[in-house]
Amino acid sequence: MIANPVFVTVTACVIVFLALCTVIGFVLARHVSAPAARDTVANLNARIRSWWGIVFVFGAALLFGRVVTLVLFAILSFLSFREFMSLTPTRAGDHRSLFLSFFVVVPVQYWLIGIDWYGLFSIFIPVYVFLLLPALSATAGDTRDFLARNAKLQWGLMLTVFAISHAPALLLLDLSRYQLPDALLLLYLMIVVQISDVFQYVFGKLFGRTRLSPAISPSKTVEGLVGGGLTAVLIGAALSGITPFSPLQAAGMSAVIVIGGFFGGFVLSAIKRDLGVKDWGRMIEGHGGILDRMDSVSFASPLFFHLTRYYFAT
Amino acid sequence: MKSILRLGLLGAVRLLVGAHADWQGCAPEPRQRIYYANHSSHFDTLVIVAALPTELRAETHPVAALDYWGASALRRFVAVECLNAVLIDRSGQSSADPLQPPAELLARGHSLILFPEGTRGADGTIGRFRSGLYNLAQRFPQAELVPVYLDNPQRVMPKGSFLMVPLICTARFGAPLTPDPGEDREQFLARARSALMALADPQREPAVPAAA
Repeated sequence: MIANPVFVTVTACVIVFLALCTVIGFVLARHVSAPAARDTVANLNARIRSWWGIVFVFGAALLFGRVVTLVLFAILSFLSFREFMSLTPTRAGDHRSLFLSFFVVVPVQYWLIGIDWYGLFSIFIPVYVFLLLPALSATAGDTRDFLARNAKLQWGLMLTVFAISHAPALLLLDLSRYQLPDALLLLYLMIVVQISDVFQYVFGKLFGRTRLSPAISPSKTVEGLVGGGLTAVLIGAALSGITPFSPLQAAGMSAVIVIGGFFGGFVLSAIKRDLGVKDWGRMIEGHGGILDRMDSVSFASPLFFHLTRYYFAT
Repeated sequence: MKSILRLGLLGAVRLLVGAHADWQGCAPEPRQRIYYANHSSHFDTLVIVAALPTELRAETHPVAALDYWGASALRRFVAVECLNAVLIDRSGQSSADPLQPPAELLARGHSLILFPEGTRGADGTIGRFRSGLYNLAQRFPQAELVPVYLDNPQRVMPKGSFLMVPLICTARFGAPLTPDPGEDREQFLARARSALMALADPQREPAVPAAA
């Protein structure tokens, strides 16, 4: 992996890009004086600092190989699920279901990827956990808000564990005829998802006029979506060398990732509004919680995984 | 060695349940205070100590029940050595004043963390306050009374369960109670309790935040 020239080039590009952002942020911080703009720039610089950390952790995990990557994503799912459930009301009757979800369901889902058991991986949470948790909850005997409590728990697991696990599940796919290291496709997915988020934010801040849905997310604009989405599709097409796709196919895949990622952020914003919070947590400086960065991954990953599996894997 | 264990324990608490401090009504200053909090879980003491800044921890003592925290050598070690707790006998069997040990600490200028309900509530509601808070406040009027609402520890480890669920806990510190010499005990305790309950509803963002 570390000797793979494509990986080295892509990593170098990401680092150069981040360094460029850091310089821009530094210059902006010195030249901006209006209080509102200062806040925006301070938040921008906090985000950039956090990006260095994210890139470092993610890059190191990919270099260390499959097991470390799976453990990293299991931790990300665990933390996202924790953020989701911390803000979602439950009752004492859900205690055993919650315990099981954190300490059994999360590890098993990632272990199934590790042992290449695709069949159970794809139905474990939607079928067996779906039946087991309400059964456990019912034995606790508390019927108050029973349906809502169980629905929220299952929703949280589907979103933060099942959906997100489809990103590292790319390591399951047999793409050996393309002569590419496994992890490059995961790297590709993460780059396109995050570039799309970042440039939607940048274009939104620079040119955003038309709000998409003021009731759900004040920062999402049509200009941001179009500008960020097109940038991500262009970069995705340019990166087709690290994928089994032709440039045109890569552009199509990137478009799917952009649309999925957009709705991930949009749906999770709607849930945040419903719960009355602005961010999922405060683990990543400037960004909010882990789930504020993983929301788009959760919607984009299953789509990208299944399209790749159906059309390209052997 | 002790300080390594203390840092390890509080680090583990933060890793598992966050233990964020939210200073809404006062700042984390080195003044003499009696922090009083709602009690629903054995995690409460850990969360509130982990939420305090390091420099305040040495002179802030949680008041813990002897019958639980003194029941085994390990618990006693965690409570007394790691959390700086002062253990009190709530059984009523001893003839000595159970509040004597914490009162001595206050007399030395230290701060306390108190759970005025005296016992863990079962359903997340705040029970009736016992008179200990009133008695200590009367004897040490210079100590500020700061309500601290603990959000989520009852979901981490509810009464009667040994399973721990890692949900994010927050300690919300409210404004110190203003002294009111005209009040009797019941009025004071009711006012202290409603100040704590007022912190239970978090100051969350409005449903639609202003444009960022």
